[in-house]
Amino acid sequence: MNAGPSSHADVYLAEAEDLLADMEAGLLDLEGNPRDADQINRVFRALHTIKGSGAVFGFTQVADFTHHVESAFQRARDGEIPVSPGLLEVTLAALDHIRDLLDGKEDRAREKSLLARLATHVPQGGAASSRPDKKAKPPRPEPESPRHWRIRLKLGPQVMAFGTNCLRLLDELRALGDAVIIALPEGIPPLEHMDPVACYMEWDIILTTEQPRSAIEDVFMFVAEDATIGIEPIAYEKDDSKRLGEILVERGDIDLDNLMGALRQQRPVGELLVQAGQVSPEKIVSALVEQSKAREEPKTPMGVDAGHGSLRVQAERLDSLMDQVGELVIAQARLRQLVADSEDLNLRAVAEEIERLSSDLRETTMGIRMVPIGTLFGRFRRVVRDVSRSLGKTVELTMDGEDSELDKTVIERLNDPLVHLVRNCIDHGLETTEERVREGKPEAGRVHLSAAHSGAQVLISITDDGRGMNRSAIRAKAEERGLLAPDAQIPDGDLLAFVFHPGFSTAREVSAVSGRGVGMDVVKRTIDALRGTIEIGSTPGEGTTITLKLPLTLAIIDGLLVRVGKGLYVLPLSTVEECVELSDDARKDQRGCDFLNIRGALVPFLRLRERFKVSTPPDPFQKVVVVSSGTSRVGLVVDQVVGQHQTVIKSLGKLMADVREFSGATILGDGTVALIMDVPRLIEMGQTGADDRRLQSGVDDRHLIAGETR
Amino acid sequence: MTGSTTSLPVPAAGRALVASAPKGESECVLSMALAGNVFALEAAIVLEILDVVPLTEVPNSSPFIKGLLNVRGKVVPVVDLKVRLGLATQDETTLDSRIVVLSIQLDNEECLVGILADKVFGVMEIDGSTLEEAPSVGIAWRLEFIRSIGKSDQGFIVILDMDRVFSNTDRNGA
Repeated sequence: MNAGPSSHADVYLAEAEDLLADMEAGLLDLEGNPRDADQINRVFRALHTIKGSGAVFGFTQVADFTHHVESAFQRARDGEIPVSPGLLEVTLAALDHIRDLLDGKEDRAREKSLLARLATHVPQGGAASSRPDKKAKPPRPEPESPRHWRIRLKLGPQVMAFGTNCLRLLDELRALGDAVIIALPEGIPPLEHMDPVACYMEWDIILTTEQPRSAIEDVFMFVAEDATIGIEPIAYEKDDSKRLGEILVERGDIDLDNLMGALRQQRPVGELLVQAGQVSPEKIVSALVEQSKAREEPKTPMGVDAGHGSLRVQAERLDSLMDQVGELVIAQARLRQLVADSEDLNLRAVAEEIERLSSDLRETTMGIRMVPIGTLFGRFRRVVRDVSRSLGKTVELTMDGEDSELDKTVIERLNDPLVHLVRNCIDHGLETTEERVREGKPEAGRVHLSAAHSGAQVLISITDDGRGMNRSAIRAKAEERGLLAPDAQIPDGDLLAFVFHPGFSTAREVSAVSGRGVGMDVVKRTIDALRGTIEIGSTPGEGTTITLKLPLTLAIIDGLLVRVGKGLYVLPLSTVEECVELSDDARKDQRGCDFLNIRGALVPFLRLRERFKVSTPPDPFQKVVVVSSGTSRVGLVVDQVVGQHQTVIKSLGKLMADVREFSGATILGDGTVALIMDVPRLIEMGQTGADDRRLQSGVDDRHLIAGETR
Repeated sequence: MTGSTTSLPVPAAGRALVASAPKGESECVLSMALAGNVFALEAAIVLEILDVVPLTEVPNSSPFIKGLLNVRGKVVPVVDLKVRLGLATQDETTLDSRIVVLSIQLDNEECLVGILADKVFGVMEIDGSTLEEAPSVGIAWRLEFIRSIGKSDQGFIVILDMDRVFSNTDRNGA
């Protein structure tokens, strides 16, 4: 069969990707516990589905190759061969090969060598030598979700003339699961009226399969046009199986009156019906088969199958939904602005209703895009396994917080930087086994991945218990490159952050000494692009923790609209702590950067009017918006706090890359553009300004601090 | 072309075709005035021509960038080519002033940018055979931004290479 429409193939590829990930997780679990029957089943199921759907969607090469691996695992599942480390190793390699095949990369030589390796783990008569055989009894259906289907197939009379082999169709159905096929020859005319190339047969098929309905429909993909095909799930009652008569009535083979008439004669109903000429003997046989299936049916409620209640949606559709919600939010802001000037109470009520709806819609849409970070962490088990083996180190990977959810786009873009960091951890952070033993540490190095929500941010940290970063080496390097004055005092975090400096960090230059740095600038750039920050903490001899702080979502944020001079600006609401009025004392003190006394705590503040070089006269009562990022706080002096604003973030584009204070722009209700302030950057500026001032006016400042806290 | 806002139909041919037009075939350009000079750029990259509206100023940005504009839901920076090209600057918006929205290639990415023009004349066809390289002397423009010089009924006309005008890494202007 050729590949179906490309959208089908895409769905298959997406599903296969998930199945491969599931299978990978299963295989890695099996490494720890090779007798875990659940995991063996999990791997087997994934292989089976990849093979089955692969054949349906025209990925014959994938299907053929997967068949061999599946056969090997079937034997393992049936307990014929043990799940040895060698088998797992080759299965993991085969998994990579399947992935490549799905990507369209062929490698015949590798395929051959993989099959040969597979054969060594499977005794003769095993998988590698047998060909996929559709007529073979299909593997026993999985226990979770086998369902019974009743299929009444009547092909069009011309179907054979068009070249369809009816027997192949039936074989394909058998391949889906346990099928009982009953031919109904009623339609065959007397010989003298018969057209030898026409198809007169009808079939009743009772199919027990775990495959979805679509898989059955796909079998009939090319004949569906002229054929009459009825596919119905057989819904068995929980308590008792159906009576033959009921089944026949349900199928419309007889009507209830005829049945009742027949029943009154008190003889076996099937026999009676045939005698009465109501139905053919074959139909009775078919119904009897269904009845016997029903009796086998375990007493479980119907409709609980895997994947029920979830839906696979193409990512592009979600993206366009998000765009449209963004536009809606902008339009809603416009409506709100118009309504604010209106006296019409009804109009106002409607506008408020729409505001609430669009806000809910925004929340829901963003919720759809959220993916648990476990999907990302899961991939690292393989990375850790492969890297640690190639380096000859023993590494124990632990994780927590896999349930934390993060925007799909963020998750995707996090993959590369995290791979980098994890590799670095193992390669440079962890000592060799001998060194660890000498240091009195456990032989196996530990790498811990964790994720946690903190306000509107997600913190992802990677911790190792290795040798820690070598500060003097970093310092030497920074001085050598002229990034740092020879005896300058800088905070520890800033010193460690030098490893993110581009070019600071090739393995040859630094990693042998300091332990970190391969492509760290790439990591930094990716995280910056995601509007996130990186923090490094490291204790010599005890290990290093790298924490990534990322916003939950990229597209829409809640913002606080403020005015500075004539310009309107947006502050991400998640960063805003409070708004206070600028006191007279502080206002009179017209120096570049000052401190504010907020309930006893000193908060430096920035006068945005000065920073933005505003020439209009200031408002009489200026406000301070206190914003925070991590542990640092800074006050921003503005002319007016306008209000809350749902902000659709638009990027500033490459031309504006040199603008430091703003992270993006948004469109306001009246169609004008407002800039979104880059709060972490402003805080950095505020803190630096405060430090500068402290240095400039050493004693004075201490006096000031003492005075204000009193 | 004076009067109210004029939307130009974007030629279906697209930029590739125009750019690769062999010598001898005519080329479509949009001509405009800037600080008393007449220049042109290929019409295929022009998306629309708008009246001048108040722009959102970006504090501390380069003088080259005049502000941001909302063009059909997209945030588009509007730049002053006079600063970039090293022409005398007189910041005056007249009735004839227009914002021309272009689609340019910046580091291999499509991006929108608006330029301020003192006046937009219109689309004209320039005979490809009259196109010439820029002479190295006697011209007020920065040479590296000039794609070619063509001849029209009104005399010579400078055709700018907009991709190059924006591609330079130092975007702080002359």
